[in-house]
Amino acid sequence: MPEILDHARRQVLETGRGLDEAGVLAVLSLPDGDVPAALQLAHEVRMRWCGPEVEVEGIVSVKTGGCPEDCHFCSQSGLFTSPVRAVWLDIPALVEAARQTAATGATEFCIVAAVRGPDERLMAQMREGVVAIRAAVEINIAASLGMLTQAQVDELAAIGVHRYNHNLETARSFFPQIVTTHTWEERWETLRMVRAAGMQVCCGGILGLGETLAQRAEFATQLATLEPHEVPLNFLNPRPGTPLGGRSIVDARDALRAIAAFRLALPKTILRYAGGREITLGDLGTRDGLLGGVNAVIVGNYLTTLGRPAVEDLALLDELRMPVKALSATL
Amino acid sequence: MTLSLSPILEGLAPVTAATFQDPGYCDRCGEALRDGGHEACVAARVLEPPRFCPVCRRRMKVQVLPAGWVATCVEHGQTCSGR
Repeated sequence: MPEILDHARRQVLETGRGLDEAGVLAVLSLPDGDVPAALQLAHEVRMRWCGPEVEVEGIVSVKTGGCPEDCHFCSQSGLFTSPVRAVWLDIPALVEAARQTAATGATEFCIVAAVRGPDERLMAQMREGVVAIRAAVEINIAASLGMLTQAQVDELAAIGVHRYNHNLETARSFFPQIVTTHTWEERWETLRMVRAAGMQVCCGGILGLGETLAQRAEFATQLATLEPHEVPLNFLNPRPGTPLGGRSIVDARDALRAIAAFRLALPKTILRYAGGREITLGDLGTRDGLLGGVNAVIVGNYLTTLGRPAVEDLALLDELRMPVKALSATL
Repeated sequence: MTLSLSPILEGLAPVTAATFQDPGYCDRCGEALRDGGHEACVAARVLEPPRFCPVCRRRMKVQVLPAGWVATCVEHGQTCSGR
């Protein structure tokens, strides 16, 4: 057993205190032969500090494309030659998307918009949409609308958005190479306001943007400092027309190392499989991650790409005897 | 033959498959199909909705929902994922 895993067993498993940056980097640097042991320990940590339940979520884009920001991984930026066109989802379709999500047994429905931050049109859509969903579907509503003002934070909390997603995306030291139209610190400020307003903080990122292992470790510990309720873990799905469209996907072993490392940095956080897992890990890797620290999934499709059918993920959870978190347990 | 429609399109006039017969363009990259070389597009389309109209290669408006997708060409109408 590598020394870092012995150390993690004593510290993370027994006390619930996450690994520091050097410890995370040591896990990310483990040889292939030690990955199964890292995943096993991460699974034990997840079971000890989070339990066996898995939180299931669906997401939908209420405003797709035409974003003024230049996040280099994103096909929805209006600054790149991506084939994704700008389109808005109307309220009946938004409610239908929430229904589709709830039908899977999911407890979370996240409304996402490709914007720098909400304008009045989007806030009006949110006001109307949240009321319409709450009237028709029993599900928790989350939102991801970019950077917020204090007034927008307060209004979203008041209308019943219980969790807000705003990803830091990558390590602070690497962020300027991925986004130039706003700063990591601006994102952090929105997250600070969200927490202060009483909403749950959802904050993760994307692996495989070109960051080093040291920057991956830096990112994990920066997230740990934030103490988010949830961390969605994406793996780059290189999109045509974006600056990162030619990058390779993350190696499956590296992805699994990262899952174990992020769990050992964030022992008590909801760690969610998000975009890119299908192409990075496939079916077997998805299983390995769920047995290696992941305790939440996005089911069904993503914002501009498609995911595994929800029934396949739910069947896998059933096979692994991991119960889906019930809505009553989240209220 | 009528393409299947997602529930959000109920009440709208369905497009017919005839509209999309004899596609001339790849619905992922928008390039002509006659030139071949679209194996990667075909593989990628398993996890992506179409982006280009296969008849006229216009970029389509595409809405991805948790359980499906809807793509609209201003000239050739709507199509959607099977259920």
